[in-house]
Amino acid sequence: MQLKSEAAASGPPSQGVAISDSPASARTRDFTTISGRAVEPVYGPAHLEGIDRDREIPLPGEFPYTRGIHPTGYRGKLWTMRQFAGFGTPEETNARYKELLRNGGTGLSVAFDLPTLMGRDPDHPLSLGEVGKCGVSIVSLADMETLFDGISLRDITTSMTINSPASMLFAMYLVVAEQQGADWTRISGTIQNDILKEFIAQKEYIYPPRPSMRLITDVFAFCAREVPKWNTISVSGYHIREAGATAVQELAFTLRDGIEYVQYGVDAGLDVDEFVPRISFFFNAHSDFFEEIAKYRAARRIWARVMKDRFGAKTERALKLRFHSQTAGVSLTAQQPYNNVVRTALQALAAVLGGTQSLHTNSLDEALALPTSEAVTIALRTQQVIAHESGVANVADPLGGSYFLERLTTDMEREAFEIFDTIDRMGGMVAAIERGYPQQEIAESAYRFQQAVERHEKVIVGVNDFVAEAEAPVPILYIDEAAAGRQLAKLERLRRDRDHARVERALEGLREAARGSANTMVPMLEAVRAYATVGEMCDALRDVWGEYEEVPSI
Amino acid sequence: MRKIRVVIAKPGLDGHDRGAKVIARALRDAGMEVIYAGLRQTAEQVVAAAVQEDADVIGLSILSGAHNQICPRLMELVREQGLDDVLVVVGGIIPDVDVQRLQAIGIRGIFRPGSPMGEIVTFIEQNVRVRETA
Repeated sequence: MQLKSEAAASGPPSQGVAISDSPASARTRDFTTISGRAVEPVYGPAHLEGIDRDREIPLPGEFPYTRGIHPTGYRGKLWTMRQFAGFGTPEETNARYKELLRNGGTGLSVAFDLPTLMGRDPDHPLSLGEVGKCGVSIVSLADMETLFDGISLRDITTSMTINSPASMLFAMYLVVAEQQGADWTRISGTIQNDILKEFIAQKEYIYPPRPSMRLITDVFAFCAREVPKWNTISVSGYHIREAGATAVQELAFTLRDGIEYVQYGVDAGLDVDEFVPRISFFFNAHSDFFEEIAKYRAARRIWARVMKDRFGAKTERALKLRFHSQTAGVSLTAQQPYNNVVRTALQALAAVLGGTQSLHTNSLDEALALPTSEAVTIALRTQQVIAHESGVANVADPLGGSYFLERLTTDMEREAFEIFDTIDRMGGMVAAIERGYPQQEIAESAYRFQQAVERHEKVIVGVNDFVAEAEAPVPILYIDEAAAGRQLAKLERLRRDRDHARVERALEGLREAARGSANTMVPMLEAVRAYATVGEMCDALRDVWGEYEEVPSI
Repeated sequence: MRKIRVVIAKPGLDGHDRGAKVIARALRDAGMEVIYAGLRQTAEQVVAAAVQEDADVIGLSILSGAHNQICPRLMELVREQGLDDVLVVVGGIIPDVDVQRLQAIGIRGIFRPGSPMGEIVTFIEQNVRVRETA
């Protein structure tokens, strides 16, 4: 209590706002993590009992990679500072990308708008008000050409957050690379392509689970042959956590999704040692510092063990879990938004201490709108300060051996395996999703957390404590309807000017592949080259597979 | 006394339903009758649900920035259907500059990230069907 009120009293009041006195809160009340896990006042050697050092926590770079996948941590290479960005038209986003690269960003990450993510063209009724709002609007190959105009796809890696229509946007990227003269066997990047977490958490699904899984295994098979350096899937816990999951639920559901994809790949006749190395992960970097670090370390250990024991993987690359992380959007507050810089820095530090391969730091204004260019620059600078000033990147897994952290890592691993057993008994993740199991578990956790906040058991600075009475507004990026107008006009021109017969033939080819068992990537590439739109390609598959509808429940 | 009847829906294409579901449960726990209409509802579908369920309150959750297009359409339909005494509230990511605009078209409650559940419950209890008693 003392600490809190001192901080409130002595901290400089920002921009002259009045800061209220904190209500007296006894320090005896709540000693649980943000996930509700009880922690002890102090940890010691007794807490390491049952943890075999040689088996569980050998040196970084050694199986089961608890302490990291590289023997020297970040000495060889820092994590990739990859800022997720996209808004408005491809022209506007292209300019933002060039700016990020000029500022020292080392990779691109495309945020698409909702119509693109949901496979709808801008002129569909459900696209009303959504075009260019949450990300960039990409309607056809023409937009993808503009998006990467003047950016050499040979020299950068690109991550694309796209799921239901992942193979279509990936096909567009491949054609742009081809136009630039970049060899498909040399380019690299990632498509999210993780439909299971869409059913579980983010709800951007189009087709039912089983044909959706088919699209994904088609990408696995295509890339193994044609684009061997591409990361074909980014199995994502980020959205699961944002939807309200606890740290262990994020860990367990995400890795169990990963197991499901590997199983589908194996069932489709693919070789584990060939396609699993192209699977990467994407975790949330939330606010509870040690719990997050333990989560990443447990994730690596679990994946290595599961790939070895359950799937008989032999190559090291199939055993090593690589992951991207993003700071927790859900932790950002609209109140006193400058505090978000501090939250994000701490979360990013946890991700780095957990050994992330790449990182996105959120901007301070994202509880209000898409970020301004200035806010994005601070977010990127935050990573650069951690990388170059804090010294944490000099030593691999510097927290390894901590009584507390090793106990937490081992406990979270055990709990994740218990959740795997539950899901296995249901018949796997697709079956578990169909009966709503992970969805209900997450909704329950979300509600429990919100209740803890309401009861003041969990303090959110500036929201339920240390509240400012008056706040100066921060400048925000405002996206109006101009982007929608421009995209609609371009779509109209495209529909007029392209070779209609070729588009129709290509879409029919796609339907035919969907009805049969041929790899859908091949007709997808032809449809892209014919300048078919994302909406048209998605509709062709809707014709064959129908759409998934969730039964609403609370 | 009849329970307050609330239709909660997520219009537009966005699927982030954490807020909608948490609020739906909080209102139910506060003794209201909650009908969760679910994801990807057009304004037409939401208003039809409100008519069918004889709702006192419509609660929309919009995080995608589409509120300036969706809300005017919805309020137009609310008036056409004679639901003028239905309390319409919106939760989500709503920039300052849009708050007045939404209030001007008759959206009475606007709740942004960090709004306590208790505050939303109280607002609904105090503002529901005020036109009837006026």
